[in-house]
Amino acid sequence: MHGKATGWSTRIRAGIWLPRAGAALLFVLLWSLVVRLGDYPPFILPGPERVAARMWALAAEGSLWRHWRATAIEVGLGLGLGVTVGLILAYPLAHWRLFERMVAPYLVASQAVPIVAIAPLLIIWFGPGLLARVLVSALITFFPVLIAAIAGFRQVPPEWRELFRSLQATRWQTFWKLEWPAALPMIFGGLKIGATLSVIGAFVGELISADQGIGFLIKQGQGLYDTPLVFGGILLLASQALLLYGMISALEHRWARR
Amino acid sequence: MTDRPILMARHIAHCYRTARREVWALREVSLTLRRGEFVCLVGPSGCGKTTLLRILAGLLHPTRGEVWLRDQPLRGPDRRIGIVFQKDSLLPWRTALENVRLPLELAGRPGPEAARRAQALLEQVGLQGFEHAYPRELSGGMQQRVALARALAADPEILLLDEPFATLDAITRERLNEMLVELWERERKTVLMVTHDVHEAAWLADRVLVMSPRPGTLVAEIQIPFPRPRGADRWSHPAFLQTVWAIRQALGNGGG
Repeated sequence: MHGKATGWSTRIRAGIWLPRAGAALLFVLLWSLVVRLGDYPPFILPGPERVAARMWALAAEGSLWRHWRATAIEVGLGLGLGVTVGLILAYPLAHWRLFERMVAPYLVASQAVPIVAIAPLLIIWFGPGLLARVLVSALITFFPVLIAAIAGFRQVPPEWRELFRSLQATRWQTFWKLEWPAALPMIFGGLKIGATLSVIGAFVGELISADQGIGFLIKQGQGLYDTPLVFGGILLLASQALLLYGMISALEHRWARR
Repeated sequence: MTDRPILMARHIAHCYRTARREVWALREVSLTLRRGEFVCLVGPSGCGKTTLLRILAGLLHPTRGEVWLRDQPLRGPDRRIGIVFQKDSLLPWRTALENVRLPLELAGRPGPEAARRAQALLEQVGLQGFEHAYPRELSGGMQQRVALARALAADPEILLLDEPFATLDAITRERLNEMLVELWERERKTVLMVTHDVHEAAWLADRVLVMSPRPGTLVAEIQIPFPRPRGADRWSHPAFLQTVWAIRQALGNGGG
């Protein structure tokens, strides 16, 4: 079906990746220029080569991957749980006004309180293990997914609903063949916001209580004035958010094309 | 050609209630569709044509009166009634073929047999080669062909068409009307088509029902006596123009 599109897509890919790589290179050059001109001590502003060396050392002893993976697991589980809860809540909220009136104020309130204020509570309740950190991540992830899914389910055009009614579709068929695919583009919008938030959530959880993960690394770097480690941690976090965002965009491209 | 009543509306009236007021869309409508008939319903815009069609489709419960499908009162949507909406009723995430297959899927008939039927219907509406095109890749006329094929997919006995070609240009509309007549002659469906185009109604129908402005009621029933096939030379027949004139008169008398 897309046989003749391959030439185009490689060209488009090059058109996307070349400017990106160029910008990254420029950023690194500027960074090292600032360090050199300002002559900052490494514990204030380390140069890119110092950060790279620190990361390399961490990778060589094997702990880079361990920390990256620990955070990735929290992010993955947190996002998965947040998305699941968000989607399950969205359907009755979209269709059942009474339920919405009962629940909506509390959902909004739960989002008005900063996640850093709730995280310690979760750790008191669920202990310092993985579960609490996953919950912190899920709590901050589910909201944008929920809001997007509610909007998505509600904006299904009445003509399409009428069509399904005229074809005597069951409730399940109407959900699966109409409401879900119709809402999918909006759900993906919420998912992209949720994905970046899930990394923040896992990180906040780790800052408060963790013995591994990128948050743990950054906290350790702060304590030891190991600034290259802090910088490296920030880059690792960014890498996870980007990876997740890219994966969701790829899924969106496959499932929610119009 | 026509025989037993298949769809009957008895003293239908309908009122839309909002918080502040009531709007009577239909005052009093009784009509009978006989098997195999092609009937057009014309009326000024806002006269309740679409409301009447939705009531006949079982999508809307009338405030008063009832609808009978064969010898049973109509309680809700029925698979024996197929509908073509005005526009934009195709699902954008489904290809033309998948859109046509939808009624079969919903009736629990998936699989290769349904795919073959959908394929055959697309060919009948002249869309072979566009099976895997998405609606956005099709012109307005092609989209309505798909919608027509979809309405036929579940093999309904009655087709209700709500100004199906109203948003298309005149040439495309004429071509689709010809195709519709061919399909009707081949498939022997009973057709009720809402339109506001008097010429179109006179050319397509066995019988034209004329509605008054809101609250709508039937003000005239005009038989179209011309034999089929009706060619493009109709324009030169005084009798045809007289019929068109008669329909227009009836519309005028309704106060429109």
